[in-house]
Amino acid sequence: MTVVASQLFTGISIGAVLLLIALGLALTFGQMGVINMAHGEFIMAGAYTTFVLQSAITDAGVSLLVAIPVAFAVAGAMGVLLEFLLIRRLYARPLDTLLVTWGVSLLLQQLARDIFGAPNVQTRAPEVLTGNTRIAGDLTMANNRLFILGLVVLAVAALTVALRLTSFGRRIRAVVQNRDLAAVSGVPTARIDRLTFFIGSGLAGIAGVALTLLGPIGPTMGTNIIIDAFLVVVVGGIGHLRGSVIVAFVLGVLQSSVEYLTTLSVAKVAVFVAIVAFLQWRPQGAFTLRTRSLA
Amino acid sequence: MLTIEGLQAGYGRSIVLHGIGISVGAAGVTAVLGHNGAGKSTLLRAAIGLLKPRQGTISFDGEDITRMPAHQRVAAGMAYVPQGQQCFPHLTALENLQITADGRKQGKESLDAALDLFPALKPLLRRRAGLLSGGQRQQLGIARALITRPRLLLLDEPTEGIQPSVVAEIEEKILDLANHVAIFLVEQHLGFALRAAQNYYVLESGRVTSTGSGGESSADLVRAALSV
Repeated sequence: MTVVASQLFTGISIGAVLLLIALGLALTFGQMGVINMAHGEFIMAGAYTTFVLQSAITDAGVSLLVAIPVAFAVAGAMGVLLEFLLIRRLYARPLDTLLVTWGVSLLLQQLARDIFGAPNVQTRAPEVLTGNTRIAGDLTMANNRLFILGLVVLAVAALTVALRLTSFGRRIRAVVQNRDLAAVSGVPTARIDRLTFFIGSGLAGIAGVALTLLGPIGPTMGTNIIIDAFLVVVVGGIGHLRGSVIVAFVLGVLQSSVEYLTTLSVAKVAVFVAIVAFLQWRPQGAFTLRTRSLA
Repeated sequence: MLTIEGLQAGYGRSIVLHGIGISVGAAGVTAVLGHNGAGKSTLLRAAIGLLKPRQGTISFDGEDITRMPAHQRVAAGMAYVPQGQQCFPHLTALENLQITADGRKQGKESLDAALDLFPALKPLLRRRAGLLSGGQRQQLGIARALITRPRLLLLDEPTEGIQPSVVAEIEEKILDLANHVAIFLVEQHLGFALRAAQNYYVLESGRVTSTGSGGESSADLVRAALSV
């Protein structure tokens, strides 16, 4: 029972990080139909930001907390730059966007190698996050994972509030649902695109901060996790944020359970097989937008 | 008020409009009539800035707006109601209107004024726009466009695909609006267009083939031109 619960918890915390990444991807994909292959490198940027801040601020706890908004801003700014310099010019050409952002992804990885060196680096976790918290009986949960879960819950809540209740959130949703109509309603769509890219990429930066608590920081860390995030977006139903939430957790739990019972590679294979089978059955994803309107 | 000269526009490699010249007056209704595929909607999309023309100029109030993005044309005093009763389907009716009202001077007042014109919308404000009927969505669309307090309203087949019981109501609203704002109307049904329009253009295969002033006397001419 304890094993099941603790596996479930591990899965949920993996799912939480996946969710942050997938939400960012879903935002930019839903908004502009852009598959951003460099999204993983924004995660890496967030992680290295944490690393840099820790060498500037010695207190690991303070530097971690500072890293959250800074990583959001750094990754967000990189996203805006990418959108402004390249993606904006390629909106009607999805395949070219795929190639170009992949190129940018490789470029950023090399840049990280040049600045920080090829070997992985590590941050020190603050004292409080290294222990475990006893939940009930024998059941304990690692503090770092609890922290990540809290961070993700906060970020998702903030995103939801921003999208649902603010006027710029309303504008983002309007552009997603009907770009032309938004433009003729007086919404400056190009500026909204940039804002969306900022938020989506910024979420990847926060995911990067979370990942520093789980493992080493390296130039290819983004690539390793981005595939899973793409799967979450596709399986969750493109442009469907709630779908992404559910699928992220299911995928996280599935992977960590199979991994517990077998090995990491078997778990990966099992998850891929499950997804391929699922998409054969429901190619549109688990959740789809239903409406009377044709628009 | 709106002057289009030598407009050539299309999608990808295919050209839909072959050098259109149209002038829309500062008051009343100017109608463009034509069959499906004649290029009517393309003309309106180019006029509001959703489609970049290949050639030609568009000017509004004497100012060249050919390269101006759509949202700036809206700010300059143009508004557009696209065909097919388009809305933001997952936003509530109220949110659909707020999109336009947000950040606008007297946005709230304009929103209320638009709702006063379409009181039928008031009980539906909390509902998702995608769940409204065609007629309701069309009213929502016109209300949305009016929030910007436009001087020129572009309407693309406003009664197409709407249940007959509501068509007359919307037509009356448009005739009424024509007293306050210039209207550029695109239609394939001649009856209403000719009743409403002071000036009309007939569009065939992307070219203006005849033009004239409205009223019953011209109806036969237009019918002959469109051979219906």
